[in-house]
Amino acid sequence: MDSDAVLGAITRCEPSAQARGQSDTLAVRVPLERLLPLLQQARDTEALGFNMLMDHTAIDWPERSCFELLYRLYSTRHGHALLVTTEVPRENPVAPTACGIWPGAQFLEREVYDLLGVLYDEHPDLRRVFLEDSWQGHPLRKDYQDPDMLAAP
Amino acid sequence: MTVTIRKLDELLQPPAAAESGLNTQEYYVNMGPQHPISHGSLRFVARLDGETVKQVLPAPGYVHRGIEKMCEHLSYRQTIHLTDRMDYFSALMGNWAVSKTVEKAAGIEVSERAQYIRTIMAELQRVQSHVLWWAVLGMDLGAFTPFLYGFREREIISDIFEETIGARLTMNYVQPGGVMYDIYPDFAAKVKKVVAYLKPKIEEYDTLLSGNVILQERLRNIGVLSQEKALAFGCTGPVLRASGVPLDLRKVDPYGVYAKADFNVAIGSRGDSWDRYYVRIQEMRESLKIVEQLIDNIPEGAHTTTKPNVKVKLPEGVHYGQLETSRGILGVTIVSDGKEASPYRMHFRSPNYCNLWTITELAPGWRIADVIAILSSLDLVIPELDR
Repeated sequence: MDSDAVLGAITRCEPSAQARGQSDTLAVRVPLERLLPLLQQARDTEALGFNMLMDHTAIDWPERSCFELLYRLYSTRHGHALLVTTEVPRENPVAPTACGIWPGAQFLEREVYDLLGVLYDEHPDLRRVFLEDSWQGHPLRKDYQDPDMLAAP
Repeated sequence: MTVTIRKLDELLQPPAAAESGLNTQEYYVNMGPQHPISHGSLRFVARLDGETVKQVLPAPGYVHRGIEKMCEHLSYRQTIHLTDRMDYFSALMGNWAVSKTVEKAAGIEVSERAQYIRTIMAELQRVQSHVLWWAVLGMDLGAFTPFLYGFREREIISDIFEETIGARLTMNYVQPGGVMYDIYPDFAAKVKKVVAYLKPKIEEYDTLLSGNVILQERLRNIGVLSQEKALAFGCTGPVLRASGVPLDLRKVDPYGVYAKADFNVAIGSRGDSWDRYYVRIQEMRESLKIVEQLIDNIPEGAHTTTKPNVKVKLPEGVHYGQLETSRGILGVTIVSDGKEASPYRMHFRSPNYCNLWTITELAPGWRIADVIAILSSLDLVIPELDR
């Protein structure tokens, strides 16, 4: 399917999804509470067939006081791709886990928890992955401070 | 709401008596972070019952340097040298992935000559990477000769890189708009000599190691990764193709001049360690085929369209580019705020990171020695998954 067809199919599945814009690949934005239903349908709907979660990461937006979560989906059957984004509030960053849909998501989510501090509800094994368990703070946040950090050039 | 944050120590509680009925007890064994089979600093904790592995807990992060954080303070040209230090066996392809993303976002043209050089260099590096993997796999399984053979071949390819690029490992060669230096006049002749040398060598590898009954016994039907599992874990590269999914960006979404070359995508059928082994052997043959087809057709022209110190500003938004490295799909996400000449956020989709976690599914039930074979067949490069 081409981009327009994928966008049409995804908004038929989930009417609250809107095109995100400002992305060089096809991207939709969805409210947090509709994220899991959309991901589930994106995988299970035959015409969409997103059987792979290629990537998952987050962006810290302190001015908008939110984290934007990015889910990059890919279908090996149809060869099309889709970026799904959603926003979680910065003061209470809890998102649902996608590892019921793609088991590999739990490891990508652990990385996001480790580096940005997004919490995943119902995650089976939410642990830091790169940093030590005793590490304070989440380094990829824009306001992260560390006594050993050098001033930005 | 049930968010529970756990710690590794909590998981390592003394386990109960084993199921075997004999008077034994399960126990934990720590492997790494410095261990000959981890090819870098990767730590595993294995729960064992006798010699049988019950559970594997990978604990990466010993080479985490915060590359994504560092990138936020660098210009796009400056971020490229950090990608060398991720997957250092695919250094050029890491450079290329960033350059490709920046070029697409900023609308930078690339000359045909640069695309030819990039493609040829990338394929030579894929051969080099697979040769080294083959060498180390042999050593992991107790055969030392492949190790020496593999390093010998690797040197010869390194010499080609050194002559043009000046570096043998961390290249920093591909830049947005082209490549850093033009190739030497005798580049084509030398590459042809190397290809002619390597082609029979790969057949020799087959005779030396692939056909060896011990190797076959150690790899066949060991660590079977089903197609569904491979997709669910987000595996890419030879690991996914060995499970029978022909996902290769060089074919599916051609970049560089791959569309001009005729080559096959090697796939396996069962997804066991042997398939992962043989897919890579076949990929070496295909890569040499690509180099052979392209080397005589490098067009004249400029090797780059930008100055080396170019400062690029990308339009506001999320930009994504991906390509096929020796180990799978490396994706680069660049988020630009449209104001600064450096990324607001940069994220690398690491093929090794996704491939690593399959070990939690593949290892249980096998002996320790089999886990070594499975790990070796996954071909992990630790600095890349740690970033």
